[in-house]
Amino acid sequence: MRVAFSLILLAIVGVGVVLSLSSIPFGSPPMDAGKYYIDSGRTDTGATNIVTSVVVGYRAFDTLGEVTVLFVAAIGLGAILTTGKKNESKKKEELEPASLVLSTGCRFLFPLILLFGAYVFIHGHLTPGGGFQGGAVIASAFLMVYLGCRKKRIRKSWARGTESISGLVFVVTGLTGLAVAGHYFLSNFLPEGTLNSLFSAGIIPIIYIAIGLKVGSELTGVIDNLIEESE
Amino acid sequence: MIALMLSAAISALFFKDLLSAVIASCLVSLLASIIFIVLQAPDVAMAEASIGAALITAVFVIAIRRTGRYEE
Repeated sequence: MRVAFSLILLAIVGVGVVLSLSSIPFGSPPMDAGKYYIDSGRTDTGATNIVTSVVVGYRAFDTLGEVTVLFVAAIGLGAILTTGKKNESKKKEELEPASLVLSTGCRFLFPLILLFGAYVFIHGHLTPGGGFQGGAVIASAFLMVYLGCRKKRIRKSWARGTESISGLVFVVTGLTGLAVAGHYFLSNFLPEGTLNSLFSAGIIPIIYIAIGLKVGSELTGVIDNLIEESE
Repeated sequence: MIALMLSAAISALFFKDLLSAVIASCLVSLLASIIFIVLQAPDVAMAEASIGAALITAVFVIAIRRTGRYEE
C-alpha cells in the first residue's frame, strides 16, 4: 500500500518535471538579463570572462556574502572539532611513513598544483575559473601533501593570517571604491586598462586574488581540522 | 555520459561498502564536470572537479576512517 502510494506520487512528480522542462527550449534562455550581461559585460567591467564580470562586477556584494558563509562554516567546524580535544589524552600512534615514491611525487607535484591554482585565480578575469576554483585547487594541493607526506602540517597561524588579511583586502577595496568613486560599495575606482591584458578590469583581479587566497586557506584549514581529528 | 552518471549514482546508493559508494559519487562529480565542459561552462566544470570530486571525496573518506567502513 505504502509502496504503491509512493510510486504513484513519484510518477506524478516525474511527469510534472518532464512536462515543465520540455516546454523550455534547450539552449535559448527565456530571460533577457543574460543577454544584457553577454552584450555589455566587457564594456561595463573590462573583464573578458563574462562569469567573472557577473560574480565580481555586477554582484560583488553577494560574493562577499558567499565568502562570509564559507568563513562561518570553517570557523564552526573548527570550533566543533577542537572543543573536546584538549581534554583527551594525547595518544599519538606512530604512523607508518609513506613510501619514498609517493612522498617524493607529492613533494614534486605540490608546487605545480599551487602554481596552477594561483594561475586560475590571478587570470580569473581573462580565462575560465576564478577565486573559488583556484582556492579549491590550492586546498587540494595541501590535501595531497597531507595524504602523501603524513608528517607535514601547515602552520595554523599562517592560514588564519592569510584568511584574515585577504578578507580585509576585499572589504577595504570595497570601501575605497565607495569613498573614491562614490557610487556604491565595491565600485570600480581603478582604470579599466586594455581588454585582454593581465592588468585590466580595475579592481576585479585584486578582489579575485583576495578571494582565492581566502577560500584556499579556509578549505585548507577545514581539511587540517578533519585530518587531525581523524588521527 | 548521462547513462554512466546515472548508473554510478544508483550504484552509490546500493553499495554496502561505503568506500565504494564514495568513489562512485566521486565518479558522478567527474562525469558531471565533463558534461559541464561539453555544455561550454568551464567555470562550473572547474569548481565541480576540484570541490565535488577531490575535496568532498576526501571529507567522506576521512569520515569513513573515523566511523565504520561497512553499512549494517
